[in-house]
Amino acid sequence: MADAIFDIQNVGLTVSRRTLLANISFKVAPGEFVTISGPSGSGKSTLLLLLATLLTPTEGQIIFSGQPQQEYETTAYRRMVSYCYQQPSLFGETVEDNLAFPFQIRQKPVNHDRMVKALADVNLPADMLTKNITELSGGEKQRVALIRNLIFTPKVLLLDEITTGLDAATKDTVHQVMANFTKQGVTIITVTHDESELAAADRLITIVDGRMEVTA
Amino acid sequence: MNHLIVTPTALFFAVALVTVAFFISLKEKIGLEKDLVIGVIRAVIQLTIVGYVLTYIISVNRAWLTLLMVAIIVFNAAWNARGRARGIPHAFVISLLAIAVATGVTIGLLVLAKAIAFVPSQIVPVSGMIASNAMVAIGLAYRSLNSQFHDQRQGLLERLALGATRYQTAITVVREAIRTGMSPTIDSAKTVGIVSLPGMMSGLIFAGVDPTKAIMYQIMVTFMLMAATSIGSTISCYLAYPQFFNGNMQLRTPHS
Repeated sequence: MADAIFDIQNVGLTVSRRTLLANISFKVAPGEFVTISGPSGSGKSTLLLLLATLLTPTEGQIIFSGQPQQEYETTAYRRMVSYCYQQPSLFGETVEDNLAFPFQIRQKPVNHDRMVKALADVNLPADMLTKNITELSGGEKQRVALIRNLIFTPKVLLLDEITTGLDAATKDTVHQVMANFTKQGVTIITVTHDESELAAADRLITIVDGRMEVTA
Repeated sequence: MNHLIVTPTALFFAVALVTVAFFISLKEKIGLEKDLVIGVIRAVIQLTIVGYVLTYIISVNRAWLTLLMVAIIVFNAAWNARGRARGIPHAFVISLLAIAVATGVTIGLLVLAKAIAFVPSQIVPVSGMIASNAMVAIGLAYRSLNSQFHDQRQGLLERLALGATRYQTAITVVREAIRTGMSPTIDSAKTVGIVSLPGMMSGLIFAGVDPTKAIMYQIMVTFMLMAATSIGSTISCYLAYPQFFNGNMQLRTPHS
């Protein structure tokens, strides 16, 4: 895998003498769909946070598109490698505030049509834009948070158990969105406990006690 | 003009007023007795010393001595504001800069406008008023920054994850903290004369100055404090918010 989008080389993270991750090494090809599983507290989310530069490894290094992570400008990197939290927090007052944020941070004019299309992609109506975030259900919040990450297509999407607690229909919608982005060549690395997602995984990495157990 | 007859004996009897507060604290088990006693002792010692110092500075009337006194006031105000910063790195330097600029700019404009003269009897008390108000505003702004960075941590992390800069991540928090710092001054400006008769105006009226003249001074003080607290809060917030991030543009671990 010479042209790997991610080359994770002996990565480890130790915080206050506690080793959270150790000797993690694997490569991810562009457009690949990788599933990470493992028991709670094993370090799966920590690994995603390292890939997203929201944590910094204390050992080893992460190569992204041929260059070490730290050589990229941090904001530019995070716009290419987009991390979606398990329990996202929406900010501002309305859904529009959240979907306008990616435009604002790129200093681009807010594109209303693009926001409406993004909502439609996750089966949410256009009038959702003006809805107050406090009125949204858990599934609606998760979908708004997801399209907030996707309104500008990233190169890599890091998804941290985003389908946990969603009903079957919403889960299907999210899976459809993931499949569409994979078709567009977006690399997806997802952490999950969901049995159906684990069964459908193209490539599964298991982490136990901060170490890689199996690469299948 | 000098009808003031507060003699040392009268002051001694005023201690009776403190004993009222002392016994209320004791009876209601509020637990402020020690602080009350320390407060009374410190107030008496500090004000006595500053009284003699001011008398000397006013009688000598030297610019460098006036500026030294202002510098001491600004230093003490910054030291106290730092106490409210609860773990914000470099809080003393930030507070010192914010209070020095707020005091310097405000006093400078007042002197240039000839609203006050560069004499110790005017510069020193006005500096004290500005520095203490800026100190309170900055302390409130620090508290607001700390609580918002703590309470809104998840939302701020998500902004960072979406590729926002530190400024884009923290701007709503910074605005709210500046608002918090300035709001007591704005609130008191709204109620001045209706609810409160402020210290400077009351002091001038006490000393026999025509109330209409005292009011003009108070209007000047009100405007001056608005400027000072806005300058102090803004500088301190803009210098303090980057301290909540580390060199890798990640949020620092909360202190509380």
